[in-house]
Amino acid sequence: MAVMRPTLEVGIIGYGAYVPRYRLPASEVNRIWHDGEDAEPITEKAVPGPDEDTVTMSIEAARNALARAAVDPADLGAVWVGSESHPYAVKPTSAIVAEAIGAVPLALGADWQFACKAGTEALQAAVALVGSGMGRYALAIGMDTAQGRPGDALEYTAAAGGAGYIVGAGDESVALLEGSSSRISDMPDFWRRPGAPYPEHAGRFTGDPAYFEHVEAASWGLMQALGYGASDLDYAVFHQPNRRFPQRAALDLGFTREQIAPGMLVDRIGNAYAGSSLLGLSAVLDVARPGQRILHVSFGSGAGSDAFVWHVTERITARRDAAPRTEDYVRRRKEIDYATYARYRGKLQR
Amino acid sequence: MSGPSQWRRRQQRLSLTGEICPQCSARLFPPRDVCPHCGGPARIPYALGGRGTVYSFSRIMSAPEGYEAGAPYYVALVALDEGPLVTAQLTDVDPEAVSIGMPVEMVTRLMKRDGDRGLIDYSFKFRPVLERMAG
Ligand SMILES: [Zn+2]
Repeated sequence: MAVMRPTLEVGIIGYGAYVPRYRLPASEVNRIWHDGEDAEPITEKAVPGPDEDTVTMSIEAARNALARAAVDPADLGAVWVGSESHPYAVKPTSAIVAEAIGAVPLALGADWQFACKAGTEALQAAVALVGSGMGRYALAIGMDTAQGRPGDALEYTAAAGGAGYIVGAGDESVALLEGSSSRISDMPDFWRRPGAPYPEHAGRFTGDPAYFEHVEAASWGLMQALGYGASDLDYAVFHQPNRRFPQRAALDLGFTREQIAPGMLVDRIGNAYAGSSLLGLSAVLDVARPGQRILHVSFGSGAGSDAFVWHVTERITARRDAAPRTEDYVRRRKEIDYATYARYRGKLQR
Repeated sequence: MSGPSQWRRRQQRLSLTGEICPQCSARLFPPRDVCPHCGGPARIPYALGGRGTVYSFSRIMSAPEGYEAGAPYYVALVALDEGPLVTAQLTDVDPEAVSIGMPVEMVTRLMKRDGDRGLIDYSFKFRPVLERMAG
């Protein structure tokens, strides 16, 4: 369907970001593998500390989302975590997160997988659960600690971070869902087989047809169905694998640099995979004014896109400061060199 | 820590859940079911807020088995805002930055991995309070 809407009106009632503290400058990857002569796709990327993973990062994002939503965690009907870096192959991240935030025992829990689209897929499911009346609230998280093979082009950008969203009734929302649109097709652009530590990618598919085809078609379809042109929307947030892709998608769709700037984090934190577009959205919600509209579009390899239009309500002003802003995490910054990065990411062991 | 022991103490370790005494309102951590202040029974679970200050600290250079990967690291006695003193690792902190009286907040972090096949152990640690920039 070109546009999807749940039976009941729903929206975001709380959201929470998380970005780890450490930063690996692209110049360090360049120095080690390319004699400093490569073109650097971003300035630096966020790296998890040695005691962080998708579970611990999801717990902090979930606590921030709960602080803003101000609801009893026992009322969460689902805790869903989308990631391509779940710490266990078999043992749900979602159950550990639910236990840590007090959402047990009466809840759904599952880990979602669709490369960088896993988080927005969980968000779509949360919208459906609450919008059908099956659950009062649902928590959807997109979080990753992405890795690139040493020396691979992805090592510059594969980063860590994400955000959690609590979906609830429209009249409790800080941002109402006006509609969404999702597209998928089979695409050989990026994959990882079981047991392989690092993903493979096929460069000739990555931009066209994978990223641009899905992101732009999902955006056009949703905007047309809702009757919006680019100038009717105040902000646009796209999945951010590098600086260039979201900038070109924005241009193709008629958005200005000003419309995408508040949600563009890739240059300072890298590509947080399943957390990327959800962190961009949280950064926009941190600054948006009541009445403004946000186009929010994910992309996951393999491949597909979820596009949403969110309409910010007056509740945003009272809820926003109940938890740290995205920018608080982005500015909390400890630069590390390649050797420390290699140790923190388990590439070196004593 | 073994799987059964981790499991029994999961709420205490994942979310710093202690107890509150119904007689004298003291907050207890770790949970002990008997109030050390008034001697009465105290079995009501109570989620501590996770804010406190460093009361004392020590740098661990030679870590116990299973924790070597993180060494050197800091272990601190943290005075929680609600009263209890808790022993925990500090994280996200630079060596020169630790001091007595430093405000800290609880985070749930990875403690250790049982090899390549075993369980991953998560529990509370404390970090310097995240700096908030006024909007
Ligand atoms: Zn007592």
